[in-house]
Amino acid sequence: MSDARAVIAKRVARMFKDGDIVNLGIGLPTAVANYLPEGINLVIHSENGVTMMGPKPLEGDEDKDVIDAGGRPSTILPGGACFDSAMSFAIIRGGHVDATVLGALQVDKNGNLANWMVPGKVVPGMGGAMDLVVGAKKVIIAMEHSTKNGEFKILKECTLPLTAVAEVDWIVTELGLMEITKEGIIVRELAPGITPEEIQAKTEAGLIFPENIAIME
Amino acid sequence: MMDKVTNIEEIKKSVTAGKTIMIGGFLNVGAPEKLVDMLIEKDMKDLTIITNDTSFPGKGPAKLIERKMVKKLICTHIGTNPETGRQLNAGEIEVEFNPQGTFVERIRSAGAGLGGFLTPTGVGTLVAQGKQIISVGDRDYILELPLKADIALIKAWKADRMGNLVYRRSARNFTPLMAMAAELVIVEAENIVETGSLDPDEVMTPSILVDMIIPGGYENE
Repeated sequence: MSDARAVIAKRVARMFKDGDIVNLGIGLPTAVANYLPEGINLVIHSENGVTMMGPKPLEGDEDKDVIDAGGRPSTILPGGACFDSAMSFAIIRGGHVDATVLGALQVDKNGNLANWMVPGKVVPGMGGAMDLVVGAKKVIIAMEHSTKNGEFKILKECTLPLTAVAEVDWIVTELGLMEITKEGIIVRELAPGITPEEIQAKTEAGLIFPENIAIME
Repeated sequence: MMDKVTNIEEIKKSVTAGKTIMIGGFLNVGAPEKLVDMLIEKDMKDLTIITNDTSFPGKGPAKLIERKMVKKLICTHIGTNPETGRQLNAGEIEVEFNPQGTFVERIRSAGAGLGGFLTPTGVGTLVAQGKQIISVGDRDYILELPLKADIALIKAWKADRMGNLVYRRSARNFTPLMAMAAELVIVEAENIVETGSLDPDEVMTPSILVDMIIPGGYENE
């Protein structure tokens, strides 16, 4: 994992309370579980019908019937439960998940999220993302601040088809921690050495900088 | 009707062209490989397939896509199968994407005799296009309609001869719902046991929903 992605995963890992029920998306969000602070144990919910999903199994210990939402071999920890997809999404939509961590193609200042298609190019589908974003109590977007080509991802208004309207609460990138509020996007923490001017230059939406901005660890 | 265990030739006779077929499984876990192969052996065309994803290349429902047997796909995600994406972009296949919670609840609705359900998922997105929006209290919901099939092809970990089913770990996923939502429900079971040997409390899908059973399901082991 690149340094930027490790920085993001580490910061997201400190956003939970012990015992929170959390659904981690595929890719960078999955790595969050590797950085949980001492004393913080989460109930990981996996959309394919598991609670207490654990780490990947040791080689040779794979179970053909236990995978994570990305299709990789996984494990179920003591206290885990298995259920069907209707139950899994009742848990999600019903507000029983404390937080979800997802990647994004675009997020905007109103908390709109686009992460399921680029028309005419890549159309993977939304999978469980639309339900997760609508149903989880807290929606955390964990992503690199700009695209590989340096284009904005945090916008005034999303231009790609939306995953959900006004559901995103937090954005964590390698540059900082941002909270989406009715007033706009408030920068709560900046990565070491990053100035307000630098993060603003890489963000299309206007950012709000309060007086006390902590350093992101 | 107390013994539903049969062979693949009998199943081939029961499956005829022009059908809408549900296939269980999440990224191939819980997918009935042998029943998918049966569709290939029959060389069926123009199928409408209802399945969560199209698996990984060469596995489960992906094999139907690769052989161009599918006219329309109703699913939630195709990102793990580049060939499905290629056919979609080339206009060779029609794909209807559903949010996963909506997808499974539509199937459940069909099986449960409901006229549909109201979900907040997808409000304000492309998913809402052409659908009725109903406000309850201060929140908008999409009216989503039932999704049923002619045939469901599913996998169980254990089946008794009468058709009571038990699933294992994350292989359960969409299967119990699909077993409710199709005219003909065909099960590929990893283990077939005598009727009466399953504890009634252990049964996840009651036998009344199941029509035919064949042994199989161990290709991935």
